[in-house]
Amino acid sequence: MTPLKVSIVAAIAAVILLLVIFELIRSRRLQERYALLWLLTGLVILVLALWRGALGWLADLVGISYPPSALFVLASFFVLLLLLHYSTVISKLSEQNMILAQRLAQLEHRVTEDQPPAEVSSR
Amino acid sequence: MSELVSQTVEPRAQRAVGLRCLAIVPAYNEELSVGGVVREIAAVERDFEIVVIDDGSADGTALAAQAAGATVIKLPFNLGIGGAVQTGYQFARDRGFDLAVQVDGDGQHDPGEIGRLIEPLLDGRADLVVGTRFAEGGGYRGTPARRLGIRFFAAVVSMLMRQRVTDTTSGFRAANKDAIRLFATDYPHDYPEVEATVLLSRSGLKMVEVPVVMRIRESGSSSITTLRAGYYMIKVVLALFIGLFRRYSSPLEEP
Repeated sequence: MTPLKVSIVAAIAAVILLLVIFELIRSRRLQERYALLWLLTGLVILVLALWRGALGWLADLVGISYPPSALFVLASFFVLLLLLHYSTVISKLSEQNMILAQRLAQLEHRVTEDQPPAEVSSR
Repeated sequence: MSELVSQTVEPRAQRAVGLRCLAIVPAYNEELSVGGVVREIAAVERDFEIVVIDDGSADGTALAAQAAGATVIKLPFNLGIGGAVQTGYQFARDRGFDLAVQVDGDGQHDPGEIGRLIEPLLDGRADLVVGTRFAEGGGYRGTPARRLGIRFFAAVVSMLMRQRVTDTTSGFRAANKDAIRLFATDYPHDYPEVEATVLLSRSGLKMVEVPVVMRIRESGSSSITTLRAGYYMIKVVLALFIGLFRRYSSPLEEP
């Protein structure tokens, strides 16, 4: 069985994490799209911290004799997942950044060319 | 005598005189249908300007739209329906349009219904009009799961807005100047329709629904596949819930 102290500390940490995520979304510093994985992380840690039987069962299942270790293993799994998620997000951003730079360069060239630009917006 | 007549049975086209109207057509890989949609709008609503927002299509969507006579804004990459539609509202705001109608580029919205859609705006009864598939007079057939999803959000939104709403996922909408200004500055990202409806009412603007008949889409498929449906539900419910704790300012106040 997980020592009670570990459960209490983990539960408090999870609740604080969830509150911080909530406030970040509310103040629009974090988009819902990127918050879902964070929320899942917080919820899973909270559930396992409170429902100590489940953590013991999970530890047994993967052969960890000390249940709190299972909690940390799981937490680091989610951290890895988040990092991987970020890698994909960064890849997409750098791709889009490149396209923006290329489009901007083309537009700048067109604007500064001697001849008038081909299309003039109708006003 | 003639004054009396013009007051009672003023035709819609006459009332709209002097108003600058814009049709916003978001299109993503819809080269087969977008040209027809543009031509149809131009045929029924002669005084409308039409802007097609090409949301990073890989096909000839932009060319087809241009050939049909629309103004085309090509996004450098796919932003998703929310980003595309907001680009249209920004265009409308920056060019001083009085009224903007969203019409999907896939042909599922009948341009012939635009007249009925903008009527509540002209009367000043609403700031946003949503063409709904469920209210009396509309006909909608879809998969049971789809209908259930639409009804679920309708129930949630009706509760949040304290107003009966039957179809929050419809993208056939008409906005007046206030709603244009609101959406140009603040519009949800993915799956935006449900959140936009709530955003509008929390900003103190008024929405009404008008029943419309929707057609079977000419090309493309719904952006909502079975796999994405789960993400859709969770994301929108989360956004609506957190939205309850946000403070909104009226769009009439300059930011």
